Amino acid sequence: MSQTRKKLLVDPLVDNNPIALQVLGICSALAVTSSLTVAFVMSLAVIAVTGFSSLFISMLRNHIPTSIRIIVQMTIIASLVIVVDQLLKAYAYEISKTLSVFVGLIITNCIVMGRAEAFAMQNKPIDSFVDGIGNGLGYGLLLMCVGVVRELFGAGSLFGIVILNPVGDGGWYVPNGLLLLPPSAFFIIGFLIWGLRVWKKSQVEEPEFKIQTVEDH
Amino acid sequence: MEALISLAVKAIFVENLALSFFLGMCTFIAVSKKITTAIGLGISVMVVQSITVPANNLILTYLLKPGALSWAGFSDVDLTFLGLISYIGVIAALVQILEMVLDKYFPPLYNALGIFLPLITVNCAILGGSLFMVERDYNFSEALTYGVSSGFGWALAITAMAGVREKLKYSDIPEGLQGLGITFITAGLMAMAFMCFSGVKL
Repeated sequence: MSQTRKKLLVDPLVDNNPIALQVLGICSALAVTSSLTVAFVMSLAVIAVTGFSSLFISMLRNHIPTSIRIIVQMTIIASLVIVVDQLLKAYAYEISKTLSVFVGLIITNCIVMGRAEAFAMQNKPIDSFVDGIGNGLGYGLLLMCVGVVRELFGAGSLFGIVILNPVGDGGWYVPNGLLLLPPSAFFIIGFLIWGLRVWKKSQVEEPEFKIQTVEDH
Repeated sequence: MEALISLAVKAIFVENLALSFFLGMCTFIAVSKKITTAIGLGISVMVVQSITVPANNLILTYLLKPGALSWAGFSDVDLTFLGLISYIGVIAALVQILEMVLDKYFPPLYNALGIFLPLITVNCAILGGSLFMVERDYNFSEALTYGVSSGFGWALAITAMAGVREKLKYSDIPEGLQGLGITFITAGLMAMAFMCFSGVKL
């Protein structure tokens, strides 16, 4: 694999994470992370859709008229999502029930559209495919981090296997119920972003206002 | 009638699209810096939602459901797998039509909402509303109520969020939490506040 392609694949993981830095695709990142299995399946679905939609859009990029490109991209993405949705319904029916509307919502996941618009329309098919997979992986990575925290401390298990034996089953761990509820996802992503920005200083946003102290005068 | 009111209250507060299903988060975070723009976007989402959910309901009932095509002589055709692509098509087309109608007949409204309308096509709250309508098997009047009230709930959430963020500008926030980080935590606190409604029944 050449250097540029490797960069395309690795860059979105930490340095340019689609969720933490570009604020794309957070809807599903928050909603499907209360259980790790579901988060894992969702990540796979998004990786597949981003990769292949970038590939196909890039193949067609010289034939798509600019004025209707959004509709064309939308059609390609929607068809891929239908394939994923039908596959899930056929082979993992329980999980597809838990994911409910969120599989369908991959269509409007900004990561997919964003990569199509920003990268696949200008670059060669293979590069676009790698870029799509990379961004999907970046999304998946963050999803898994949030999923691990939520399931481990909220239910005491990982992938449904009990790690911290909860009190309800005669163990010692008192599960933190808040972590299974929607608001916790916001907090976890907020703190994750904080951590990431303490580590990578360049991602810190400039404050809009400086608070003046008396000494400054 | 009572059932419809209870559905509306549920859609606005208990099952708020933004704060309990995290739909439309991208725009929710990106366009909530100022109250005026947030209200503009909120109203456009509400308008589009009120049209697309019932429209998709009609598409589902008369074109896609198993046996729905019996009026055309195909009584055993099941087209539900085409659902996703038709809903997003309907949404994209309706937003486009709405944009043109507003431009022609209500220019002041068009100027106020203009920049937000294209954004709405890819707003997950809109597609999410339609998908929830399908999943919960609403009939036409329920779909209409759900469309209006879920849109209103989203508008309420983004307006409140913008209000909080306007005040937040003056507070002293740790460096790494600046911007995106603190916005998420604020949204989390708001979601917790909205959870207080979960016991409400009419």
